[in-house]
Parts: sequence; C-alpha cells; structure tokens
Amino acid sequence: MYDIAIIGCGVIGAAAAFELSKYKLNIAVLEKENDVALGASRANSAIIHAGYDPEPGTLMARLNVQGCAMAEQLCKDLSVPYEKIGSIVLAFSESEMETVKELYRRGTENGVPDMQILTKAEVLAMEPEVSDKVFGALYAPSAGIVGPWEYTIAFAEVAVQNGVEMKLRTRVEGIEWVDDHYVIRTNQGDVAAKYVVNAAGVNSGKIDEMVAEKTFTIKPNRGEYYVMDKCEVTRARHTLFQCPNENGKGVLVSPTVGGNLIVGPNAEGVGGEGDTHNTFSGMAFVQKMAAKSVPTINYRNSIRNFAGVRANLDKDEFQIGVAAKQFIDLAGIKSPGLSSAPAIALECVQLLQGEGLMMEKKVNPVTTRKHIHFRKLSAEEKQKVIAENPLYGRVICRCETITEGEIVDAIHSPIPPCSVDGIKRRAGSGLGRCQGGFCSPRVLDILARELKVSPLDILQDKDGSFILMNETKKEVQA
Amino acid sequence: MCYDLIVVGGGPAGLAAANSAYEKGLRNILIVERDKELGGILNQCIHNGFGLHRFKEELTGPEYAHRFIEMLKDTSVQVMCDTMVLAVTENKEVHVINTEKGYQVLQAKAVILSMGCRERTRGAIAIPGARPAGVFTAGSAQRYLNMEGYMVGKRVVILGSGDIGLIMARRMTLEGAKVLACVEVMPYSGGLMRNIVQCLQDYDIPLYLSHTVTDIQQKDGRLSHVTVSKVDESRNPIPGTEMEFDCDTLLLSVGLIPENELTRGAGIRMDSRTNGAVVFENMETSIPGVFACGNVVHVHDLVDYVSQESEKAGAAAADFVLNPKENESALQLQNGFGVSYTVPQQVRISRIEKNLEVFFRVRQVFGQSVIEAKDGENLICSFKREYMTPGEMQQIRLPRVMLDKVHGNAVTISVKEA
Amino acid sequence: MKELVCIVCPKGCRLRVDEENGYQVSGNSCLRGAEYGKNEILNPTRVLTSTVKLEGGLYRRCPVKTSAAVPKGKLFDIIQALNTVTLTAPVSVGQVVLKNVCGTGADVIATKDL
Repeated sequence: MYDIAIIGCGVIGAAAAFELSKYKLNIAVLEKENDVALGASRANSAIIHAGYDPEPGTLMARLNVQGCAMAEQLCKDLSVPYEKIGSIVLAFSESEMETVKELYRRGTENGVPDMQILTKAEVLAMEPEVSDKVFGALYAPSAGIVGPWEYTIAFAEVAVQNGVEMKLRTRVEGIEWVDDHYVIRTNQGDVAAKYVVNAAGVNSGKIDEMVAEKTFTIKPNRGEYYVMDKCEVTRARHTLFQCPNENGKGVLVSPTVGGNLIVGPNAEGVGGEGDTHNTFSGMAFVQKMAAKSVPTINYRNSIRNFAGVRANLDKDEFQIGVAAKQFIDLAGIKSPGLSSAPAIALECVQLLQGEGLMMEKKVNPVTTRKHIHFRKLSAEEKQKVIAENPLYGRVICRCETITEGEIVDAIHSPIPPCSVDGIKRRAGSGLGRCQGGFCSPRVLDILARELKVSPLDILQDKDGSFILMNETKKEVQA
Repeated sequence: MCYDLIVVGGGPAGLAAANSAYEKGLRNILIVERDKELGGILNQCIHNGFGLHRFKEELTGPEYAHRFIEMLKDTSVQVMCDTMVLAVTENKEVHVINTEKGYQVLQAKAVILSMGCRERTRGAIAIPGARPAGVFTAGSAQRYLNMEGYMVGKRVVILGSGDIGLIMARRMTLEGAKVLACVEVMPYSGGLMRNIVQCLQDYDIPLYLSHTVTDIQQKDGRLSHVTVSKVDESRNPIPGTEMEFDCDTLLLSVGLIPENELTRGAGIRMDSRTNGAVVFENMETSIPGVFACGNVVHVHDLVDYVSQESEKAGAAAADFVLNPKENESALQLQNGFGVSYTVPQQVRISRIEKNLEVFFRVRQVFGQSVIEAKDGENLICSFKREYMTPGEMQQIRLPRVMLDKVHGNAVTISVKEA
Repeated sequence: MKELVCIVCPKGCRLRVDEENGYQVSGNSCLRGAEYGKNEILNPTRVLTSTVKLEGGLYRRCPVKTSAAVPKGKLFDIIQALNTVTLTAPVSVGQVVLKNVCGTGADVIATKDL
C-alpha cells in the first residue's frame, strides 16, 4: 500500500513527486509511457513566464509568479539548463499599447518584479532585429528560458533517489475506492494507495471522472513550432511575445537554452489524447505571424518542426483542488504550467495535508542533482573529467559536442532510458543541426552495448518505435 | 612542438591534402580524424563508381580510400584517430580531445580544414505529419546497412533524388526491401543520370519528378504511410494529386551542407551560397595559412574532384610553410546569369601556374549553351556545353595568359543559352 | 533505334544504339561507351557490391564486389550466395570471398582491409 500514487510523470507529476519525496512517505508514480516527460512537457515553448498574463486573483496568477521565482535556484540545484533572459511583449499599434499597459497593471497586481514599459527606441536598442513597425513593449526581466524535459527529468530523478517508485509503462484503466483507500487498476495490475494525485495532463479529465462527477472538460489544443539552427539565435535576445488579441495569443520568437531559436506556436483544437502532427497550414501560420515580430528569420535554417498539445480547459484557470476524498486534481495545467510547476507541487503538499495526510520531513533528503555538460566545461575541467573517465574524451554527437561519457551516464541514471530520444533528452545528443543523422547509429550502438540487448530492440522513442527492422545476410531472399 | 601542418578530418579531402603536402616537401604533418579509422564517408559508400578520373578505373568507396591510405603508409604523416577537434583558432592552434590524452592544444604552421559535410534533415525541409521512427537520412540508413549490417525498413519511399538516395534505393532493393518510389520536388533529378539508370530503372523503381511528401502517418510509433503530392512551379503541393504509399520507411536524400562549425569558430569569412569558406585560387581561406578543401568548401558530386581540389590545397599549404609569400590583391570571381556559385571566389593571378580551375554550379537546366568568362563587357574565354543541370558540378579552366589581360578587379562567369 | 544513358562514367552520355545495323552506337564520347551500348542491348551486366558477415573485425560486415560485371539476371542469385559466407578478420582488399560466383566467371572480392 502506497501513501500516495501520482498519476502521470510530466513536469507536474514529477515536481509533485520531487516535493513529496522530501517527506517520509511511500510514493509511486504511474506513467503510461516508457519514459517521463513524454507529453506536453517535452513539446512546448520552454519558457518560464513572468506572470503578467493571468487574471489577478486567480490561482494561476499566484502559482505562475511563485513558480517563476523558484525556477532559478531550482535549476541551479538540479543542474537544469536555465537562463533568466527576460521577456518582451511587443505592441504594433496604439491599441496594442493599451494591452501592454493592461498587462503591466496585471503584472503589478500579480507581484511580477521590475517590469518596464519600453518605447519603440528602447525596444529596437534591446532587440535590433525586431520589426521597426513596433510601437513599444512590456519588458519583464524575471522571465526565463528552461530545458523543459531536463526540468521534468531532474525532478523525477531526485524523487527516485529519495525512494519514490517510478512505474513506467503503467496505464491507469480505472480507480475504485475500497474501504479506506484507492485501488488503481492498471495494465500492470492493481496499485493500492491512500491518496491519489492526478497529474495526467491531457488525460487528467478522464482520470478525474474515474472518481468524481464531471466538472470540467480538457480540450486538447495543438501548437506547432520551428526550431532553428544556432546561426539564427541572434534574431532575438529575449523571449519576444506578441500582444494577445481576439485571434489568439500570438507567436513567440525566443532563444532556447540550447542556443537555438524557437518560433511558434499556433493554436488549434485537436481530438482524442491530442494529435501532435505538424501541418502545412500550421507551419505557414507560424511563419507568417512570426514575421510580424522578426521579419528576418531565415527558415532555410530550420532544423526541426514539432507540435505539442496543451491540456486546455474550458476556463482560464488551472483545475487544482480536491476532486474526491483523498484525491487531488492537478489538472488542466496548460500554459503557464511549466512555469508554475514547482509552485503547483507546493500547493499539492498543502492540499494533501488538508485531506488529512500526516507528513513528516526526512532528515536529509536529496535535493540536488549533478549533471556533467561537457561542452560547458573549461579546458582544465574537460581535461580533468577525461582523466577520471576516458569516455568523456570521445565525442559522439558532433553538432552538440556530447561525449560518450555523458551518454553512458544517462543510460545508468536513476530513470534509465531505453530509447535514442531518451538519451537525447538526458544528454542532449541529436538536438543539433544534423538531428541525430550522424550520432543516432552510434547512440543506438552504445545503448545496446550498455543495456546488453540487441540493436534491433532499441527504440527511437515510445514503445513500438523500432529503428531497425532486421539483420542483413540472414534471411534467404525470395 | 609545432606541426608544419594539421589536417582536420581524414576523409578523402584530408587524405589527398596530407599526401600532396608531403609530396611537396612537408614532413611534420598530422591528420586528426574523429572516427576510429581513416576514410571518412567513403567507408560506408561500398558501391562502385569512384576513381574513374583519379585512377582511371572504377573503385568502390573503401577501395578509393584504401589507395590514399596506402600512399601515406611510407611517409612520416602522423594520424590521430578517435580524436575530435573542438576548435581551430586564428593563430592556428588546434584544440583536440580524445580518450587517451584528454584535452590537448596543438600548434601548427598551417591548417587544412577538411571536415566534409552533413545531410540536410527532415527539419530543414519542414515535412508535415507525424514524427515517428522510420524517417532516416539516406546516409544514416547507409551506415546501418553497409557497416552495421541492419536494414532500417522493408517498404521504402525515398524523398530526394540525390546520389546517396539513388544508391540506397538499389542497395535496399538488393538486400530484400521493396522501394516503392523515389520522389523529387524539382522537375529534374538531383543525382547523376547514370544513377537514375542503374539504381532506379534497373529495378523498376518509379521516379516522381515535381512531387514531394506532404504527410507522414504512423502506427505504434513507427512510420506507416506517406502521402506524396504533385507540386506546382513554385513547389507548392497541388490539392487532389495525393498518392498514398503503404511503407515503413522514408529515406531523405535532400541535399548536403558543408560542416563549418570550426571554420566559423575560427572567424573565417564564409560564402552564404556555398555554405563554405570563401577561398582563393589555392584553397586558402581568409586566414593566411588556413586552407579548406573538399565538401567543407562546397558539395561535390564526385570524390575524384574532391581529391583534385584537396591536392591543390595540400600543395599550397606546403608552399605556405616552405616559401612564405607577401599577400597581394585578388581578383573577384562573380556569378553571372545562370551561375549559383564559383569556387574559388577570389584569385591572385600571380599564383596561377598555367590555368585557373573553376568549379561552379548552374541554377537551372541548360541545353546547348556557352559558359562565358567576362572582364566587364570583354569576353575572356568561353566554353561550349551540350547539357548542364544543377545536380552536376561544372568545371572550366581559365588560362593564366587570358587572366593577365584583365583590367577590372572582377571576372564574371555566366551562362548563355545557344 | 534504342536510346540509353551510358553509365560507364558520371558523364552520362545519351547513346543511340541501332539494333538493325550491327548495334552501332552513336552519341558516345569514348570507346567504352560504344561497348556499353552494345552490351546493354545484348547482355546487360553490372558490377555488384554488397557485404558479407565478418567476425572479429572493427565492424560486423565486410564490403565486397564482383571482380567483373556480371549478368543483370544473376544479381539476386549472387546476393543469396553471399548470405552463406562469414569472413574472419583480418581481411584484406582484393581477398577472394567467393570464386566464380554463380558460374559467372567473376569472383566476389573484399573491398576493405578489416
């Protein structure tokens, strides 16, 4: 019997597990996929929002500002790539300047620090590639950029080191209240837990309905993106937003922690668990909209497109609260969910206490994580790590300078990945301009060697995503 | 310790350059190669067709590499394999790492950059659809197949008619896969005509020109279908022309891009048309004593030309070390009508012995036509051609005696249709 | 009259072979082209390249080729014959892997030192 079962291991489930793992509790995380961070947490704008967007007085406003303030120290402690580069909301008309002022007012009320309203000249001085049609802007220096899957993985890894059981490939099929606890029916058998935390992202509505009356509906909403080669990163120094208007929230242009430029998203309702296909129309829309902010982006330097699905709700608020006895919803966590995650985790602790869970802090829980980013080390440090482990002297991903040492570290990390993309999310291999064209065969080889399995068993990503079909020189040809 | 010459990359370009520098008298030469063996991409190009120009016989990729590796055997050229160059600096320091010696900074009098190129990916051409396993660049599929011994799929569609894609169509067919189609967005093939014949036509693989992949479907994480549509003259898909292919693999052969991270890091002047360094007649870059050759400068069709160009660079590097010269003003080579780039881009006439070799590509398909080299309005020389396509690199030789007569500071290369 | 593209070299000459006049070839730029044009009608042949299994080497496959062009119709038979071969390192360039493969008179030889 677990004290708590957390359903879903995106950034919300992982942050909750991280926070709860500091207490003397018996915790399991149930994740339907073969790895953590495989939903919205791996496919988003990778922004830590400052918190001027949400309506003052909402939970969303409070958790966003609080989460944003927590991110810097957490990322430092957890060795997660993060940069506090600030964000700028661009206005392209007098009426959009009114929106900027409204956002400034909201931000002030929400407690966003150090905001400024910028004149056209100030914007262009800070962002030379922004369109000269700009009128002015809102500047929020507390906003940042983060590695979203690293953030999720770091939370989850520390939780596991603190004793949380990570049950991957465990899909929840039903939940029943039996006597004084929940029995969660999964494809891997029953899991009994006194308390349940629903962090199932785009599926959080379905999970909620297993124990409660339907009170909200998740409306999966797809956003498509471009990731540009590092040579395009000079197009923006801050995260550049557009003013939200009746047609949507606009498209952002931002540097990423990997040194690339990200452009997107559009917003389009999609069915089911969310379809992450890219579309011609979506990508064309993103290009057209982004040109309004930064007309100079050269899409010949695109290195990847992707699409993510937001767990949108039919209201402008997160669905956080007690859904049933001893059952907490962390549901409908759309943007700014990534920014709010650590604050949502603290909220979760309080809600559980409110439901009667007795919580006692561990004496010395793990709260930090060390991760070697070889590329970022000085020459002396590089020399030192290679001396300690020669595998750091062999570069496997040449675009991103990721070494065999980092890849082997990832394979033997607390939540061992089984796929080439799992390695990518941990070590950063294949994120560069050749998108794994060069290093994938080598990563696959290292994975097979370290896991002592056949290369035929290595996956690209989720279960079923086999890379290799068969060996040559075996079958007799017809 | 200072090397006379450090060659970055031990593929065909680096091998030819090192060998030629040795022949011209340099002795203290080091080749730094990131892989476990020399030869570069030739090691996975097991098909034949290499060496007809250079060796007057038809060799496979590994055999072609072998010839050059053998030439180095009795020389003092040193090789450091399994070693990655992290940076090359303006003052010719080469920062390397390997498992044995860790981080080292090596000093050289001259450097040759011969890092080759990489393949354009799905992201570069923004193919819509799902993102399952089963989408490979032709080169990575080739590595799996020819070196590791694995097939990446059983039913294959190939996007792009570049030579690697065509070669892979044949290889995968021979090894038991069904190649359903080769799809090319342009109205002409990007590969050599002989490869269309011997890789597609020999195996009845249809080539769809002016078509592209407009959707990718997946089942359980692996590719299950691709949709192919006809495109109009502006390369936009035409609705209603969709064909669906039931396949498990999409191979991409959609172009190569010179791999110039180190070049840019060194602050060398680049050419946005070639995606490589701007070079002089002897393959010297904007940093004196740093040379570049092979696919890192511009993408070649034939390794024979890579060798030819690299031998020039090797000889020039030797000359730089042994007979230092004053720098002098250069003539610019400009792209006129129909020409998308030239290599070299700059010429110091006094350094040309007899002829200036110019490599270039045309922008479109030309039938009978004339390549003209002009000094302003004055025609310097002209060259007749029966047929030219952007997929096939062109080469002309401008005689020194003609260049000596140039008055302006630029020569324009252009195409005139006959 | 049959039109072909010559595949002897990368030049890709457009050949015309006159089947009614002793397979006379025009459009070629060299003698090998003429020979190719005639052969391509009478008995088309190709050099086959593939791999065979290798044990104890840097890689698990060794590249091979036929030492001469072989009839097109035999290509898949040769591929099948290669499935039965396993080499053990060291292997050197030119080493015969299969003699007179499928009765073609050509040998299969290794194309790499491994």
